[in-house]
Amino acid sequence: MPWLSILMAVPVLGAVGVSLTKSDKLAKQLALAVSLVVLALTGVMAAQFNPSSATRFQFAEVYDWIPRFGVHYGVGVDGIALVLIALSAVLVPIVILASWHDADGTGAAAPPKRSVKTYFALLLVLEAMMIGVFAATDVFLFYVFFEAMLIPMYFMIGSYGGAQRSYAAVKFLLYSLFGGLLMLVAVIALYVIADKGTFMFPELVGVIQDPNTQKWLFLGFFIAFAVKAPLWPFHTWLPDAAAQAPAGAAVLLVGVLDKVGTYGMLRFCLELFPDAAKFFTPLVIVLSVVGIVYGAIVAIGQTDIKRLIAYTSISHFGFIALGVFAMTAHGGAGATLYMVNHGFSTGALFLIAGFLIYRRGSSQIADYGGVQKVAPLLAGTFLIAGLSGLSLPGLSSFVSEFMVLLGTYERYAVPAIIATSGVILAAIYILWMYQRTMTGPTAESVKGFTDLNIRERWVVAPLIAVIIALGFFPKPVLDVINPAVDQTLSNVHVDQFTPAVADKKGAGQ
Amino acid sequence: MTTHYLVLSALLFAIGGAGVLVRRNAIVVFMCVELMLNACNLAFVTFARQHGNLDGQLIAFFVMVVAAAEVVIGLAIIVMIFRTRRSASVDDANLLKY
Amino acid sequence: MQSPVEIVQHSGGVIGVSWLMIALPLLGAAILLLGGRRTDRWGHFLGVAMSLAAFVVAVVSFVEILGLPESERRRGIELYQFIPGIADMGLLIDPLSISFALLITGVGSLIHIYSVGYMSHDPDRRRFFAYLNLFVAAMLLLVLADNYVALFVGWEGVGLASYLLIGFWQFKPTAAAAAKKAFIVNRVGDFGLLIAIFTVWTTFGSVAFGDLSGATVSEAIGSGGASQGTITAIGLLLLLGACGKSAQLPLQSWLLDAMEGPTPVSALIHAATMVTAGVYLVVRSGAFFEAAPTAQLVVTIVGVATLLAGAIIGCAKDDIKKGLAGSTMSQIGYMMLGAGLGPVGYAFAIAHLITHGFFKANMFLGAGSVMHAMNDEVDMRRYGGLFSVMKVTAVTFIIGYLAIIGFPLLSGYFTKDGIIETAMEHNQILGWLAVVGAGITGFYMSRMIFMTFFGKKRWADDAHPHESPSVMTVPLVILSIGSIFLGAFLILDNRFMKFLAPAVGAPEELPAFHFVSTAGLATLALVAVGAAFAWFRYGAAEVPRVAPRGSFLTTFARRDLYGDALNETLFMRPGQWLARIAVFVDNRGIDGLVNGLAATIGGTSGRLRRVQTGYVRSYALSILFGAAVVVGALLYVGNM
Repeated sequence: MPWLSILMAVPVLGAVGVSLTKSDKLAKQLALAVSLVVLALTGVMAAQFNPSSATRFQFAEVYDWIPRFGVHYGVGVDGIALVLIALSAVLVPIVILASWHDADGTGAAAPPKRSVKTYFALLLVLEAMMIGVFAATDVFLFYVFFEAMLIPMYFMIGSYGGAQRSYAAVKFLLYSLFGGLLMLVAVIALYVIADKGTFMFPELVGVIQDPNTQKWLFLGFFIAFAVKAPLWPFHTWLPDAAAQAPAGAAVLLVGVLDKVGTYGMLRFCLELFPDAAKFFTPLVIVLSVVGIVYGAIVAIGQTDIKRLIAYTSISHFGFIALGVFAMTAHGGAGATLYMVNHGFSTGALFLIAGFLIYRRGSSQIADYGGVQKVAPLLAGTFLIAGLSGLSLPGLSSFVSEFMVLLGTYERYAVPAIIATSGVILAAIYILWMYQRTMTGPTAESVKGFTDLNIRERWVVAPLIAVIIALGFFPKPVLDVINPAVDQTLSNVHVDQFTPAVADKKGAGQ
Repeated sequence: MTTHYLVLSALLFAIGGAGVLVRRNAIVVFMCVELMLNACNLAFVTFARQHGNLDGQLIAFFVMVVAAAEVVIGLAIIVMIFRTRRSASVDDANLLKY
Repeated sequence: MQSPVEIVQHSGGVIGVSWLMIALPLLGAAILLLGGRRTDRWGHFLGVAMSLAAFVVAVVSFVEILGLPESERRRGIELYQFIPGIADMGLLIDPLSISFALLITGVGSLIHIYSVGYMSHDPDRRRFFAYLNLFVAAMLLLVLADNYVALFVGWEGVGLASYLLIGFWQFKPTAAAAAKKAFIVNRVGDFGLLIAIFTVWTTFGSVAFGDLSGATVSEAIGSGGASQGTITAIGLLLLLGACGKSAQLPLQSWLLDAMEGPTPVSALIHAATMVTAGVYLVVRSGAFFEAAPTAQLVVTIVGVATLLAGAIIGCAKDDIKKGLAGSTMSQIGYMMLGAGLGPVGYAFAIAHLITHGFFKANMFLGAGSVMHAMNDEVDMRRYGGLFSVMKVTAVTFIIGYLAIIGFPLLSGYFTKDGIIETAMEHNQILGWLAVVGAGITGFYMSRMIFMTFFGKKRWADDAHPHESPSVMTVPLVILSIGSIFLGAFLILDNRFMKFLAPAVGAPEELPAFHFVSTAGLATLALVAVGAAFAWFRYGAAEVPRVAPRGSFLTTFARRDLYGDALNETLFMRPGQWLARIAVFVDNRGIDGLVNGLAATIGGTSGRLRRVQTGYVRSYALSILFGAAVVVGALLYVGNM
């Protein structure tokens, strides 16, 4: 079965169907049904995935697309790509359910009513592209998806967002296009210099040998991914985009789209240009650590809930990049797991913040207070999501943050220690926000709040369940990730970590 | 011999070009453009004759056809503009700008 | 010296299912939180039942441990792979952990029962019990875990429970702020603990207690795999973690604010169990501390500094709970001191931890009973003469008081004196400072007793004190019985030291308990002086209803030794400024650069478009110019 093609075809066909429906209600229901079908199919596919298989990319399909230039429609997944596809497949139905009224023009201070059908059709198109970008095994195809993803997101921010939506949408698009352009140059140069007559990723691994060429090509890819991820100092588009986007779109933007950046670093930057990656490692580690601390400090100073969450993500992306470039098994696996966990926990934070904002019509922290008293479930789930954001053990982010820091510490102790201070800052920004919005005497404007309704509970419950389950039992996901990360690192040719004691013993014998 | 024809062609072209640049009446500008085209035709024919090759003659016909088509459309536009604005001055039709 | 024994993998018996100790309260918390209002009616009973069930499991496991030969008393239980390749979720049932489990579930159950009465008027009683159960589960995971990562899960879990319970009345801004503060200060400690775990991992390649015995550590130092500095660093980082959790200097400031929580919480979490986790951590990591004398010395210094600081703070507090909180800090300082003194000290530290768990919980619950009677008044200047109206509370409280000041033959007498004498043998200065601390304890605890139960009534007009219901007094009685006898039982005949030996090691020669010793007599004398001084100031003399201004020293103690002021000036204010500056830099600097670039491009093209004049002739001229350039270029190239 061409699983991956089906996974992409179903949402695209669904999007066509949704845009042809007569009523808005039907459009929503159809979109939800389609996304659930994709989720089910992903589940079936994941069950057939064999982590210990010798073939690296499973469910592979390769067809010629532009034979003249060796461009293929090539898809296939390893463990890393699989978990990210699963992340997208899980998040989309949740986001659809959460966005049920986002385009209706209801809610306090919501933007005027827009085409509901278009919104849900865009969501489904975006899902297809997210799956495609993680599944692509042809570098050119990856590039195409990488750029094409911007379009639906541009419209979702630009048409359905908050007051400053067009500024945010244009900024998002220009930033990403700028990065994408550099990547396009690097992709073409890679094709020409490799002189293999193909864009297929597996055939390009290890081909570029000249260190200087590697460095230039690395930079082309890396800057695109650093903008996408975003790493400090390429981050300023994210708070604007995430704050202006409707909550659902913000979840997909921060939860999945940005992961393409860190995924790209792990897959392309490391494997295609291992020597350059090692050369630039100090730089990237500095950027990551600065991002971790800086993002957290700026988050502490925010007055807007959504911007605050966006800045926490910048801090978290620093952790992910740190794990990727530590180039240790634990760091890489931790970073990959972090991509998944961050999608869930920040997704939950954005969605619940969205529910909160829907009720009050303001995203200013100062406009809230004492919500816990009137809407305990809303406050409680917000706290759980927040606690996952500050990596409380028992919730999913802890495992990944721990692995990233441990993996980094194995090789680079000082950056790891500085990065660990992020756990203190995280406690400050999350708990201070919780204190200002949810506790204290109930603010006048908050008095009429209703607690989460049935639909909203269905949105939050699966996320919280996943966060807790992965917090205590991350093994199933790690078992899928670990072999893929090991494979990646073996292509980069790094020494495996050995404890100092064993090291001495080995030297003594 | 050839030189004379070419000098004449260049003179005609320069006169046409100067006309296009300095005249304001659209009809006159138009006629100047025609003059430039015909200057080119003259050059083409001259070279064709000198090289004993019919290609230049052929091109001259093409140019004539293009010129005719241009006149049809151009004059139509000028007439329309004159009807609406009561002016055939090109400086009055300057709306298409920054 | 006798080393700890090897860990044996265990199966079968109640020990085999000792994970139930953690699972049952966790299940209780889950049911109560997910069940919502439906469980309001019986929620508190479920909470109590789960805690009691855990207690039963703990008792039976304890009996099973006793039935094993000494060399097999450390039982490992593997549960599942937590983070593959790094840490498994596994339990270690040994004398040390089971002692803690008994304390946590035993005292915990009593406090659960007490809370049924104490929280009976609170509309959110169910949520309270859910959090209490969550706390018990996390605390048990902390002490039963067989590796540092699982321990850390419990460690932060109790931090969460503490956060939730301090902020239980979160509509009070002070409570919400105190909860946040407790969590953040704890996080500073957790930062140290995390780095310690990383260092242990990179040095030894394992985080399991079983792989990190004293022999492994000394072998690593011998082979050069780990430098002395590394081991010392591990010890100091672990100590930083312990300081956060146990409110030791310099991370002590959160504990006094934590009294914003309901009183049973203060009794269970902020007196009896959670705050002692730091002591547990130090004792559990004995292998590192014993190989790092510098780290050990720092532990004892921190302990002594905190025991004095806590005692001084306790002297000036009029809020009964804050007075007790200062006392808790101080007593944990004693335990920390003991924990820094090697195997002899461990036994005394843990024994004092257990007896302290009893008498301090006893007194906190007694304070709760008093507050219950006095409309939640906490100011001792508004108490006085309560002995006659609430006899059970008063008598049990006084038993706790006698135990803490080390009245001969009561619990504190044995355990605290043990620590002081061990310290004295180790280092005279530390020993004498600990004696002084005991004297101050005598003063501030007596002051509390006199102000609360004796003297004239200074009640508010609407106060009608009455004895609390029996659901609250019965736990008090049980705890006070423990406060009387537990110390003698544990210390005499070195019973507890022998019991702990398989887990933490023991000296070749067990110390004999001296009923008469220099240190003991000096302690008693100083305590008597302190108590007498308190009698003159607060027993015999009139206690003013409004606190007098007091000397510099009093203000110093009232302001918690300026700990908060220090934190505020050193960290909070600069931090706030830093955040503000960072936001400014981000908006104006980095984003300004980006937007500036965009504006520059926009401005340039704005000027360039002026070229489009709309005049045909200017276009024609530019065409001519362009053509001329092209022709010129062609001629130039052709002539080359």
